[in-house]
Amino acid sequence: MTETELLMWARGPALQVATVIFLLGIMVRILEILVLGRKANLAEARGSAVAGGLRTIVTRSFPDRGTLQRSTFNIVAGYVFHTGFFVVLFLFAPHILVFRDLLGFGWPSIPTPIIDATTLVTIITLLAVLLHRVQDKVMRFLSRFQDYLAWFVTILPLVTGYLAFHRIGLTPPTLIAIHILSVELLMVVFPFTKLMHAFTLFMARYYNGAIAGYKGVNS
Amino acid sequence: MSDTGATEFRVEAGAVLTHNVVPLLHEIRHGLARLLENDATTTIDLRGIPMAPGEEERIIAELGTGEVQARMSALGPSEIIETRFPGVWLVTHYNSENAVIGKFIEVCDTPQILKAQAEDIREGLAQLTAQLA
Amino acid sequence: MSNEKTLGEVLRQQGITRRGFLKFCAATASMMALPPSMVPRIAEALEKARRPSVIWLSFQECTGCTESLTRSHSPTVEGLIFNAISLDYHHTLQAAAGTHAELARTKAMEENYGKYILVVDGSIPVANPAFSTIAGISNLAMLEETAKGAAAIISVGTCAAFGGIPHANPNPTGAVAVSDIIKDKPIINVPGCPPIPVVITGVLAQFLTFGVIPELDALGRPLAFYGKSIHDRCYRRPFYDKGLFAETFDDEGAKLGWCLYKLGCKGPTTYNACATTKWNEGTSFPIESGHPCLGCSEPDFWDGGGFYKAISMPTGDITRTAVYAIGAGAAAGVALGAVNRARKARAQKAHERVTIEDLNKDS
Repeated sequence: MTETELLMWARGPALQVATVIFLLGIMVRILEILVLGRKANLAEARGSAVAGGLRTIVTRSFPDRGTLQRSTFNIVAGYVFHTGFFVVLFLFAPHILVFRDLLGFGWPSIPTPIIDATTLVTIITLLAVLLHRVQDKVMRFLSRFQDYLAWFVTILPLVTGYLAFHRIGLTPPTLIAIHILSVELLMVVFPFTKLMHAFTLFMARYYNGAIAGYKGVNS
Repeated sequence: MSDTGATEFRVEAGAVLTHNVVPLLHEIRHGLARLLENDATTTIDLRGIPMAPGEEERIIAELGTGEVQARMSALGPSEIIETRFPGVWLVTHYNSENAVIGKFIEVCDTPQILKAQAEDIREGLAQLTAQLA
Repeated sequence: MSNEKTLGEVLRQQGITRRGFLKFCAATASMMALPPSMVPRIAEALEKARRPSVIWLSFQECTGCTESLTRSHSPTVEGLIFNAISLDYHHTLQAAAGTHAELARTKAMEENYGKYILVVDGSIPVANPAFSTIAGISNLAMLEETAKGAAAIISVGTCAAFGGIPHANPNPTGAVAVSDIIKDKPIINVPGCPPIPVVITGVLAQFLTFGVIPELDALGRPLAFYGKSIHDRCYRRPFYDKGLFAETFDDEGAKLGWCLYKLGCKGPTTYNACATTKWNEGTSFPIESGHPCLGCSEPDFWDGGGFYKAISMPTGDITRTAVYAIGAGAAAGVALGAVNRARKARAQKAHERVTIEDLNKDS
């Protein structure tokens, strides 16, 4: 297969399949949770469940002092690489074009040198995260294959994207094809792993907040 | 263009962002130093460098004209001019349709093409000898 | 027919002085994208070069490549190259036609067997060889016959090099490249739609000067002209790096000459000399004129996802797929959820207990 054919396949049929698995999988898992439902609370409501739920979605983003002191590295590194990942994914011009094709609208991009630096910071932070997972006794004990898999499919698009942009190693069409394929790998793996937290975290926060809000307490 | 109501359209690169002028001038500067030190010639093929529109004109304007302007007619005209920096020559080759077929900056005491070539001198000598015979 | 004089002798015969010859060599070096320091070597080699016989076969093509090559009239460097070679057969340019023309071709082949250069433009139809014939001979047969005694083959234009536009979806004639048919001769691909004229003559000049095949890349293209991508030589690259893109063909960005990536420019994945050598004797090239690069020197560029679709964009209709996937997922999710609820209800009714094994399950 020539490199042009590989690139066309990555942009074409492979992307279609990956998109189907990605979206179908996410829908199935979210709906499974929702349809299963929660046990009805027969007590009288002392506060608003909805308000509590929505409030908790926001407040859980700010760690409390105790957690911050105990797991400083996890929280700081987590925020850094998540922010970096989203900045690179959503604010880089060629990526915005993909979203424009999908959604019908786009948004302004930010200068490429900033994206470049952000990518590097994100990659380094992800490497640090892996190192921490392997070195910390408790985390190493708890870690399973899925944890390493999720890490791998997250860092791969960042690395391949960086290589493709700077044209390091192979010819540009091949590098771009590999980058797109690595994204498709992430998409295909996503619904079957803990990466679903991207959506379920909001549901979890809402549930917790709703339960507490119903009871009339802070959560 | 404006009287037809059509858009005035001139695509020009911002002066700040295209970067060939200063590096080329530095290369010429190094060439002059080398010429003084070891009598070494430096030739730069201007057509081998990706120029933004207007850059080549800017470089040539920067170099200016000096004391020597020579016109050569061999396979079409050629212009050999010394720029305002002695030792820096601008050699432009045209074909017989006045299309540019070569553009070089030569840092040397005299461009090779200006010098009379041995074979041509030999032919001239043979002709003159025949004529005087 | 090819004569035995060297190129130096031919030029001297035409009254060209040594000085003129040096000018010719300087221009040739520039054309071949070789450094000026190589001019003395080129002069030496060209002086001693013999005029090779060249047979030019035009197959399933639009004649654009020949047009590109013959834009200038002699005596330009291109014209001189043509004087330097003995063009023994070119059915568009030659005056002869019919059996006499074919006789000229076979005679040139016999007299220079093993030494002539075969230049091909146009693709070769194999679905039915009768789709393209010359004097009743199919392109396929003519190519196979003429290639036998060739020293090397130069495939000029994307059609001969990779199949080109006839090869594009759905390829009704079964068009293939020269390299798909001839496997036992050195082939130099000079793609482009059309190739830049000086690239064509530059390759011929390189062959003349050094007598060997120039260094080729993985697709058989001379590295001297196809070694760098348009993107790596584009004067608009600073705009790409800074993230300044033209969004439409006539917006402020376009007028300021910003990068054309968003308008579908294939510069990053295209290898050619357009950005340095340019067209029309260095006048301009598509990007400089405001149009994104089409990628015309790459295989299958016609099927490359659309000239105005950026490289990062999906080639199919991803929105429709996404909508269907979400819909199907919703349906499947509800269905599975219902199944789960039923299972839960049954388990509750049967007073099943949660065991430690259940809690230890991975998912």
